Amino acid sequence: MNRRFFITLTGAAAVAWDSVLAGAPESSPNYKVTDHWWAMLIDVDKCIGCGNCVRACSVENDVPEGFFRTWVERYQVDDMHLDDPLVDSPNGAKNGFPPLPPGKGLTGPGVKEFFVPKLCNHCADSPCTQVCPVGATFTTPDGVVLVDETYCLGCRYCVEACPYGCRFIHPEKNVAQKCTLCYHRITKGLTTACCEACPTSSRMLADLKNPNDPIHEFMKKHSVQVLKPHMATGAKAFYANLDGSVR
Amino acid sequence: MHFIPAANFTYPNEIELNWSILVVLYPFITGLVAGAFILASLERVFNVEAVKPTYRLALLTALSFMIVAPLPLQLHLGHPERSFEMYLTPHTSSAMAMFGFVYLWYLMVVLVLEIWLDFRHDIVLLSRSTTGLKRVIYRLMTLGSQNISPGALRFDDRAGYTITIIGIPSAFLLHGYVGFIFGSVKANPWWSSPLMPVVFIFSAMVSGIAAVMLLYMGTTKLRGEKINQDCADTIAKYLFYAFIVDFSLEMLDLIHRIYEADESFRSLDFMVHNSLWIPHVIIQLLMGTLTPILLLAATQLMKLPPVTRQRMYALAGSLTLIGIFAMRWNVVIGGQLFSKSLLGYTTYTVPLWTREGLLPAIALTLMPFGILFVLVKLLPPWPGSGPSAKLGGLHAETSGGRL
Repeated sequence: MNRRFFITLTGAAAVAWDSVLAGAPESSPNYKVTDHWWAMLIDVDKCIGCGNCVRACSVENDVPEGFFRTWVERYQVDDMHLDDPLVDSPNGAKNGFPPLPPGKGLTGPGVKEFFVPKLCNHCADSPCTQVCPVGATFTTPDGVVLVDETYCLGCRYCVEACPYGCRFIHPEKNVAQKCTLCYHRITKGLTTACCEACPTSSRMLADLKNPNDPIHEFMKKHSVQVLKPHMATGAKAFYANLDGSVR
Repeated sequence: MHFIPAANFTYPNEIELNWSILVVLYPFITGLVAGAFILASLERVFNVEAVKPTYRLALLTALSFMIVAPLPLQLHLGHPERSFEMYLTPHTSSAMAMFGFVYLWYLMVVLVLEIWLDFRHDIVLLSRSTTGLKRVIYRLMTLGSQNISPGALRFDDRAGYTITIIGIPSAFLLHGYVGFIFGSVKANPWWSSPLMPVVFIFSAMVSGIAAVMLLYMGTTKLRGEKINQDCADTIAKYLFYAFIVDFSLEMLDLIHRIYEADESFRSLDFMVHNSLWIPHVIIQLLMGTLTPILLLAATQLMKLPPVTRQRMYALAGSLTLIGIFAMRWNVVIGGQLFSKSLLGYTTYTVPLWTREGLLPAIALTLMPFGILFVLVKLLPPWPGSGPSAKLGGLHAETSGGRL
């Protein structure tokens, strides 16, 4: 190897290593990324709209005020508004839901009310990852979509590309942020902050690669859907008892 | 009866528009570049002799706008200091990642090279005849090549012709690509359409042709010269044809949406009838499309005196530019005024002083004209004005005739 070749190789290796580091997930001892494929299971019937999950997420992840890595929506649907439900999510349900003011709710036949927790769907074919011009957002080998804040340009293309409205630009850091599925926790054997705080176990972290995970039994016995299936994003936030009116 | 949503619900993170007026400027400016270049190529490749007086002006116009094209994006980024990463580690699946390469290709390989080859004779002569700073600038612009032998000039001409041929698909690529950035976002039903790149290409041609036509007529008047009526008539004719195709494509898109009426239709229809009524229906369609098309059609069908025609062209051209800007606005801003839940709407007010405000946008819009002013002083594009033309050289008419 001559000197010129060595210098060229060193430069190329530095660029390559930089890119490896930029795309590498946070490491954790004894955690094998290839053994897991993370997802979230949400049972709509169990959600009581308390907002515990939103508060827990906000504290755990230092979410800036006015933005949400997870939130809860309240749906009101009657038989006359199947395509046009009444939806609200005051402050992302961080403080729960006040009762609807008299006369503001739907009153048609078959009226029903329910709560739908939302978060990043950690899509297997995520459009946000596809469009990132520098690969600052990426999918980890264990199926979690993350953003490298030290690499993000703040171009906002990913925010535009997410069909679920899960991304936002951090007002001070000027980079894209979203739910990380509490990657810093789940790689240490913990569950997510939102799942831990949920009093009714409406949210359940699931590992699709773990044959003993209760999700397999649940999926077998329940009808489970994803949001906006026509988007074909390979969403991994699975919803049980989801009403067809939910967007 | 129009659809009225039960509640105005937007996802909680949809509290701000992510792409601002600066992102509106980006397709508007690149469109002017592509359109101006296509007009220039009419003379060079397709031998439309009548538009010869605008050939060099169109090239310099394209370059002026191209230099400014990335600035709105740079100003828009949360971390502009990281933008170079797009060249170093481009994410190959991202439509946006290709921007740097498409831009560099078009700017350096097509525009700069073609302009340099076309003006090289003049540059060399000016580097010999001028003094002081001007001489230094012209000597730098020669890039060390002083050879203006007939053989060398013949080579310049042939090379320029080849580059123009490469440049036409490149111009289509440049603006079709910009359309693809929007058209490929499946999350947004207002954008997601395979027609988007094609509509962008034709609207680019319309805006670029209109801009060069206005610049030609304006600068000719300012120089106290007589407008070449045949030239103005021919440009207006091509503007009319491009406009018909552009309008047909936009109507095809609209009719398709109305007839198909998919799940997003009620939401988009509500938006067009409310927040987008003025910018879309009044400004873009009625004022910026139908009116100029009717004006141009009248000049094609009726025998009118030259002065009347020129005034009609000026009015049609100005309205066209307003209409195309409105089109960019309605695509970029309109595509963010409704929630992806399709259950609610938001609003956008352009801030004045902020980094992405109205004043930076105005400054960026005016900047190409400043650059064009300097370029025109350095490289006079007027017919018969270059030193080579005065020598009766190869570029004697545009300045020049072709070999």
